[in-house]
Amino acid sequence: MAKPKKQTKSKKRQNDLEKHKAQLKLQLKELGNKIYSDLDSQKFPTIHFPSRSVRNIVYDKKTKQYILGSNTVSRTASNIKHIRPFTQLTWLAFFANELMSNKKSSTLRDVYYSSQAYAVDYDDQSESDAIITDLESVISTARERLNIYPEERSAIFGDLDIEYTVPGYEGNRLNLSSHPDGYLIGPSLSTADFVDTSAEMIIAIEKGGLFNRFVEEKVHSKYKAIIIDTAGQAPRATRYMLKRLHKELNLPVYIMTDGDVYGEHIAMVIVSGSAGAAHLRDLTVPSAKWLGIWASDIAKYKLPTIPMTEVDFKRVSELKRDPRYQKGVWSKELDVFMKIKAKCELEAFSKYGLTTIVDKYLPEKLEQAKSM
Amino acid sequence: MSKTKTTFSGISPSEFFYRNRDLAGFSNPAKALYTATRELVENSLDACESAEILPNIYVRMTPVIDQLRASEPRTYQLKVSDNGPGIDPEKAPDAFGRVFYGSKYKLRQARGMFGMGGTMAVLYGQITTSKPVVIYTSIDGKKTHKFTLRIDIQKNEPVIIKKEIIEGKGTTGTTVELLLTGDSFRASAKVHDYFLESALVTPYAEISFIDAQGKMFYYPRSTTSLPKPPVETQPHPHGFDFEGMRRLIEDTKDKTLHKLLTNNFHRVGATTSTNFFKSAGIDHSGSPKDLAYENIVKMVDEMHNYESFLPPDAHCLSPLGRDILNAGIMSELSPEFSTIAIRPPSAYSGFPFIVEVGLAYGGKVSSGGVKLFRYANRIPLLYDEGSDIAWQVVKDLAIDKKRAYKIPDNAPLALITHVCSTKVPFKTAGKEFLADRPEIERELKNAVREVLRQLRLHLSRKSSQEAVKRRRDIYSKYLPLIAEFSKDLSGKKTLPNFQPMLKSYLEEGEN
Repeated sequence: MAKPKKQTKSKKRQNDLEKHKAQLKLQLKELGNKIYSDLDSQKFPTIHFPSRSVRNIVYDKKTKQYILGSNTVSRTASNIKHIRPFTQLTWLAFFANELMSNKKSSTLRDVYYSSQAYAVDYDDQSESDAIITDLESVISTARERLNIYPEERSAIFGDLDIEYTVPGYEGNRLNLSSHPDGYLIGPSLSTADFVDTSAEMIIAIEKGGLFNRFVEEKVHSKYKAIIIDTAGQAPRATRYMLKRLHKELNLPVYIMTDGDVYGEHIAMVIVSGSAGAAHLRDLTVPSAKWLGIWASDIAKYKLPTIPMTEVDFKRVSELKRDPRYQKGVWSKELDVFMKIKAKCELEAFSKYGLTTIVDKYLPEKLEQAKSM
Repeated sequence: MSKTKTTFSGISPSEFFYRNRDLAGFSNPAKALYTATRELVENSLDACESAEILPNIYVRMTPVIDQLRASEPRTYQLKVSDNGPGIDPEKAPDAFGRVFYGSKYKLRQARGMFGMGGTMAVLYGQITTSKPVVIYTSIDGKKTHKFTLRIDIQKNEPVIIKKEIIEGKGTTGTTVELLLTGDSFRASAKVHDYFLESALVTPYAEISFIDAQGKMFYYPRSTTSLPKPPVETQPHPHGFDFEGMRRLIEDTKDKTLHKLLTNNFHRVGATTSTNFFKSAGIDHSGSPKDLAYENIVKMVDEMHNYESFLPPDAHCLSPLGRDILNAGIMSELSPEFSTIAIRPPSAYSGFPFIVEVGLAYGGKVSSGGVKLFRYANRIPLLYDEGSDIAWQVVKDLAIDKKRAYKIPDNAPLALITHVCSTKVPFKTAGKEFLADRPEIERELKNAVREVLRQLRLHLSRKSSQEAVKRRRDIYSKYLPLIAEFSKDLSGKKTLPNFQPMLKSYLEEGEN
């Protein structure tokens, strides 16, 4: 009974996606038009886009995330220092347009090597990556929408039917609980339609080992959850996936990390984004909840600890200055870390048996999250 | 007579240098071999230049088969031949067999300052091998006089063992053959440096050197212009000392002090002399022989302090000059850029001097910092660079202040400093480095600044040319690419009309 309704939703998403894609292509074409007409009228072409310098990254209270301020930078072919990156940027816009038109995807490394076929030279991949970020700023759109993906992949598992939209697989369906190691969150999954699910929540977990444990312990059926392994700091494709799952399926997102300052920040980036992606929207789930491990859980659950290092303390004081850490659990847990001077890993629960984290900790924390 | 004088009269100059041979650069077998070589070569060059003959110098160092010494130090035969004017056969034995043989009062710019270099080599050979020296000399090319002689060290005089007259070779010149103990293995680097650096300032000479291994090094002549030969000059009153004055008075036939001054001193005429004696309060009509000891001291002091003597003139000096220095730099260093500064003559303590500085940059000049070639009266100075005033000046300007002259790090830069004077202020008899006379330091600074300014000009011209070239390369490469990508991205069929813009941009860069 539910299926026709989902179909309509999928159609609508397909339409939105097509519209967005057409709009992106138009944006790129306009960029090309401008450069073309400048050259044609004997003018050195210039491109303006928001500055990503540290001084232009500001905290937006309304969206609770970092965004770019009003400063812009220009890149002009009349400046000898700019002409090379200007050429690279023009080429990249052309290359991205080709990718989208041909429904091909590419990794960051692929882009770097592809440039060599067009006599555009990059010194190394990091120069190429920087130009990709420039193009993101110019069109205010994440590179994944241009079919350019990083190498890093994380995994997803759970009762979710998807339908591929990539060429050669259009219309094929798959249930994401068919393979116990999970599925890579790559270009095909990122662009697939979500057809059906019985899940009631999403649990993002920092570590592959715990992800496997959760699958073994059938967290997906016991708690009706889709489980995502972020493999450390969640890649942008994963953050985009979390955002889509939350928005399109209307599911709450919970995050489990190690009990240290880095784990806390992994959760924060999923909630409110990173300064490095301040030029991009659509990568955050502001309502996502950090379940733990909190610093205060360490004493509460009598978990084995590791002493904090100099680097850990330095990171805590950096985060203390971040506007997003000024209140609530974020601020409180930082203070507790400073007080107990210790941290712990998710595996610490194994001291009380391999299933404790699933049987005891997870339900208690989910209960606690309801009141947050 | 002072007590000191009496003591010294008991020991001959030969004896003195025999006992103190370190002072003259014969401190060990390696250094001795090097010093003997350079002293004889310098005598030869001096002889040729004073007669305005383009020098051909031949030097050979041959290890002598010596059963007793199979390893270093061992005995070498050193042979130095030149095509100079030859030495008057009457004077030849003294020239090589007596220390301090030379003109007594006159001053002349010459490589050998102490009149003993050649004789010291002979003396050193004699004391280390007990073999005599053989001199061949011809003043007409028809007859060659061959002397076999040794030095009587205590009497400071030559002892002629054999004197022959043989058939000449058709050219004038002198050849010295002597045996000495040396260490060619350790001397080798310095000896080669010496020939290379000599060649740099004597491009008008042809020098062949065969080293102890039998390898020949040939420095061809790259110019036929000779420097003007130095002229003998009288001493300037500011630089004359008590001992000189005492001897002058002893030898003079002048009847009055006034005559003594005007006849024997540089740029002192009747008026200057009259004014000087008036200011000094000495009766100028008195006989020199009657001057009391205290008054000789007083007169010398007054001569040093009297400021109205005319400054010494530099006609007696023979700088290398622009052409010769440049020819030397070009043939020995092959730089990308060279420049020369020649300072006007100046004087210290009554001795005239001229400073010349050459600079070579890039090309075959080795990189890795500043290389300094120091010369005094055309002699390369190879030892004790750090103590030399020229090094201090070069370090101050070309190293410590290199930013001011836009000199890049590890620049391929060589500087050549030459000080010529009737008396070069060496710190030691070994002729290794210049003392820091403020007058010489000032002129060195001015000259080094001048060449460095020229270098800065060259470097900035070069870098602006390079910048223009770089701009043109970059725009020629990238603008067409931008045009192409914008055509493809915008879906146009033809390239935008950017060529006129690129063309005018490139032409703009040319101006």
